[in-house]
Amino acid sequence: MAQIFHPSTNTISRLSIFGAVFIIAALAWLAAAVTRSPYVTQEGVARTQPVPFSHKHHVQGLGLDCRYCHTSVEDSAFAGIPPVKTCMNCHSQIWVDSPMLAPVRDSFRTGRPLVWTRVHDLPDFVYFDHSIHVKQGVGCATCHGRVDQMPLMWQNASLQMEWCLECHRAPERFVRPREFVFQMDWEPPADRIALGKQLVRDYNIQPPTYCSACHR
Amino acid sequence: MTSPHLVPLDLEALGQRLAQKQGPEFWRSLDEVAQTPAFQTWVQNEFAPGAPEWHDPLSRRRFLQLMGASLGLAGLTACTRQPEEKIVPYIQAPEGLVPGKPLFFATAMPLGGVAHGVLVESHMGRPTKIEGNPQHPASLGATDALTQASILGLYDPDRSQSVTHVGRLSTWSAFLTALGPALETQRLNKGARLRLLTETVTSPTLGQQCQDVLTLFPQAKWYQYEPVTEDAVRAGLQLAFGEALQPVYHLEAADVIVALDADMLTSGPGNVRYARDFMRKRQMSGHQHSMNRLYVVESTPSLTGAMADHRLPLRPAAIAGLAHALMRALTGSATGSSEPAPTSLLTRWVQAMAGDLQQHRGKSLVLAGPQQPPVVHALAHTMNSLLGNIGQTVTYIAPTQVQPVDHTMSLMTLVQEIVSGAVEMLVILGGNPVYTAPANSQLAHHLTQVPLRIHLGLYHDETAALCHWHVPEAHYLETWSDARAYDGTVSVLQPLIAPLYGGKSAHELLAALLGQSGSSGHTIVRTAWEKRYADRDFEPFWRTTLHDGLLAGSASPARPVTVQPDVAQKLAPVPTAAATGLDVVFRPDPTVWDGRFTNNGWLQELPKPLTKLTWDNAAMLSPATAQRLGLRNEEVVELRYQGRTVRAPVWIMPGQTDDTVTVHLGYGRWRAGQAGTGTGFNAYALRTSEALWFGSGLELRKTGERLSLAITQEHHSMEGRPLIRTGTLAHFLAHPHFVHEMVHDPKPEMTLYPPHRYDGNAWGMSIDLNACLGCNACVTACQAENNIPVVGKTEVINGREMHWIRLDRYYKGDLHTPETYHQPVLCMHCENAPCEVVCPVGATAHSAEGLNDMVYNRCVGTRYCSNNCPYKVRRFNFFQFADWQTPSLKLQRNPDVTVRTRGVMEKCTYCVQRINEARIQAKKEERPIRDGDIVTACQAACPTQAIVFGNINDPQSQVAKAKTDHRSYGLLADLNTRPRTTYLARLRNPNPALDDTTHG
Repeated sequence: MAQIFHPSTNTISRLSIFGAVFIIAALAWLAAAVTRSPYVTQEGVARTQPVPFSHKHHVQGLGLDCRYCHTSVEDSAFAGIPPVKTCMNCHSQIWVDSPMLAPVRDSFRTGRPLVWTRVHDLPDFVYFDHSIHVKQGVGCATCHGRVDQMPLMWQNASLQMEWCLECHRAPERFVRPREFVFQMDWEPPADRIALGKQLVRDYNIQPPTYCSACHR
Repeated sequence: MTSPHLVPLDLEALGQRLAQKQGPEFWRSLDEVAQTPAFQTWVQNEFAPGAPEWHDPLSRRRFLQLMGASLGLAGLTACTRQPEEKIVPYIQAPEGLVPGKPLFFATAMPLGGVAHGVLVESHMGRPTKIEGNPQHPASLGATDALTQASILGLYDPDRSQSVTHVGRLSTWSAFLTALGPALETQRLNKGARLRLLTETVTSPTLGQQCQDVLTLFPQAKWYQYEPVTEDAVRAGLQLAFGEALQPVYHLEAADVIVALDADMLTSGPGNVRYARDFMRKRQMSGHQHSMNRLYVVESTPSLTGAMADHRLPLRPAAIAGLAHALMRALTGSATGSSEPAPTSLLTRWVQAMAGDLQQHRGKSLVLAGPQQPPVVHALAHTMNSLLGNIGQTVTYIAPTQVQPVDHTMSLMTLVQEIVSGAVEMLVILGGNPVYTAPANSQLAHHLTQVPLRIHLGLYHDETAALCHWHVPEAHYLETWSDARAYDGTVSVLQPLIAPLYGGKSAHELLAALLGQSGSSGHTIVRTAWEKRYADRDFEPFWRTTLHDGLLAGSASPARPVTVQPDVAQKLAPVPTAAATGLDVVFRPDPTVWDGRFTNNGWLQELPKPLTKLTWDNAAMLSPATAQRLGLRNEEVVELRYQGRTVRAPVWIMPGQTDDTVTVHLGYGRWRAGQAGTGTGFNAYALRTSEALWFGSGLELRKTGERLSLAITQEHHSMEGRPLIRTGTLAHFLAHPHFVHEMVHDPKPEMTLYPPHRYDGNAWGMSIDLNACLGCNACVTACQAENNIPVVGKTEVINGREMHWIRLDRYYKGDLHTPETYHQPVLCMHCENAPCEVVCPVGATAHSAEGLNDMVYNRCVGTRYCSNNCPYKVRRFNFFQFADWQTPSLKLQRNPDVTVRTRGVMEKCTYCVQRINEARIQAKKEERPIRDGDIVTACQAACPTQAIVFGNINDPQSQVAKAKTDHRSYGLLADLNTRPRTTYLARLRNPNPALDDTTHG
């Protein structure tokens, strides 16, 4: 009686068993890679806005402090988006005819607000508080990156939970002295960890890692 | 639960079980005592039979098939990106507002004209939560359930949203245009045919405007009608003192209190304050080891009756006889000899009460409920005078109403005028008289004879449907106004938000009648106060009054009173025939009140304090009467009173007076809205002006029909264990450790799990059952704070109600006069939490501060945690219960708490949002969290401060001290779950002279 299977079947079956393992592993890797990719997290993607506001120009060029616009960052969970009046403080005097600023002027005149696209958008089940992070020496640039070098705003980090926990589990790697929180170009000293540990002690930093700290 | 109450009531068997202690010592329902099969099924299953089933046309099985087919696609959902969100800044930021931080504004909620001071939390201009105003005398920081739920009324999508004219959409300006010529006609005949109908008016400004209308139209008349009226209170005071007065009780000064059909602790003016004052004399903390004593004689079980040390059910008409007998016993003389000799039980009661009152002269109080006739009130005041209580435990002030009238008479006169054709133009300012008027007035029938009818109301309701013009009324949170509290304190109401639907306040409508249609509510109220305080620097005065929520020092001064000399003659008992047949008793509903909250989903779903009934009212009968008439629970009967009939489901109520049928007002509305229309039966249909609160001669006929009632009393049952621990004061003083002798608590080291370490804070709660009234304020406060959805009657029947706190009500003793106990049960935040170890995805976990965290975004809905929870405090979103569609309801939500989706488990978090807020604040100020920094929503609302919360690691904290009390015990602590929520045992203070006869 002739053999039912050709000898090459052995090779094919071995390959497909190995293949299955690798394919499944590859799919898992792909899924993990996709969820962490900028496609999902929007990391590094500059958003279009009704007015092409340049942080680079205003912060680096003109030297505005973060808190001139984001007024509630030290008091509230929400850092605050400046009211149109804040723009008009200067722009009723300078660049009064700029076509780029037309939406701002229209908004101020008509009372119809500007509608910005949110760049840093945490999921609705996450409750983040700016004020306590600023108070405990987390610099603006630590999370938001070198905003002073961004012509259009983008998200500098993934904002995923593993990214949050990097700091909550080892704050000494990221904190800085309070007086430099709003300084964009602060560079840590060589013994960064020693300074971090000192600050963790001085500021009594005990970042919570249990669920209800952020999820409620 | 499909047919739980089908077994006919066998009272003897039940009585025997209780007498022989075969049944439980504490019981929640008659079915539990009888151990019916339905009850056992209900107890043994965590979820109701069929609860996991879908009731959609698509069956669960079919759904799983479809889901299986689409499994391949399911993986892709992880790849979806968050939808892009927009962010919209202000044009010019309002002063004082920090984005992301709530602001609190003081205002007051008027109910029946009586103001309750509140602080309203506002998030970026949206009022989201109501708290009590600690400075306001009626609140002292607490609220009741109605006040808590009133915020939902603001956002009710069924509120009337437009002016209508004969049912068609119209506008305010069209209304004003039409009003002009009509008013001109009235002016010509001096308003002889113009009538105003308002609810109770305590607002000085509104009262002034009404007077102004009467000045402008000298022959016009102003009528007032409030269905839950205090007419008898006023008449009783008139009878006793010969002048118009209003009582203010000082329960904190009373050691012995006799309540004659009075539910002063949970309803009526000042109830929240009265509850606090009452409990001051009952708090056993610290060195206080004495308690006041409360006797309650009542016709229908109330929460005040449940707090009583001695409670006597008596037919409503017989209470006057008891008051006479008590009076005689106190004076030692006969005020009338025609009174039939009281039975021996009554004699013992009268003697015991009289003895106790005599021993506490100046420290006792007799009070009568507004449902009792004036003579009972007059007797109560006379007794207080005899006992020297006036000025000590009760004071009298000038009426807070602008024009105190007999409301029932007022409405009946109006109807007579309508019938005689004397009314050409009727302006109804608020209220819903077509629904609430006494049945014999036939207002709905006669109203249509009025040629021009104008209605101002929150809803396009029964009255609006019969009026030519309907103007949407602004909610009290949208209104400038003023009102007075139970003690006369004046509050100015300020709006939290511009009217959502362009509503107008009564002030603005009256201004239109006065020809000042341009003036805003703000101008009207402010101008009125400017006139009153013309001599002062007005601006600081106005700002302070608004900021504090009350006008300092505006409480009415106590007036000196003397009892009329001829009162004894006036009060002489009228011989009455011995009551036979059935009595009917009317009561405002504990949750929907007189019908004004019928469309409020929170209140509809709030289990009524004693019956645990939701979404319905019922005809309440005593077990003995039900057995005599052969009636079962949920059986529909026809109630006939004076020729009028309604059909009502029966509910057998332990503690109800025999031969007395209690019906609650506020249901059976036909134009209430999506939530309220068609719920329950209309008890107003039986209510006449002669028998406002009770009457005899009720006929009851079986119909053979059945109506399922959504009753939560057996839901989440933890039967057969010493859950409630009680004792008497004397027993406690003799055996301070009796609470711990009831059950063996395992030692902390008896566990296989490694112990948790808490270096910093460790949150815990203690609930004093001695102070818990069972009033439901905590349940509603929790619902508002934590975005808890409403599920509807069908789902409540399925056992899917979502409240994070439930109030378990237990009875002890016989069926006729059982003792009643309440126990709020919420998540215990166990140290050894059984839920945590069974979650396959780590969605419920232990926090470093001992909280049992629930992570919604991890939960996949296995419900293992709920199955393993011995306290049954976990709630599962079987459907998308939270409303994501209705725009107005989104505004109400607390932005600090996640709105849960279908398929997610949830439970009490100890208000973790408030804990986090306090922690961040403390960190920013570089200090530890202080005791009292964190106040949970339930704790804040509690009128009697029964709940304390705090850090149990700090021995100086209130909660740590409470946990060292001898009365402190953990629920089911014998399971070694080591609950963080503990209870203080309830104590009663019975009179030894009466102890063997009745129960509290």
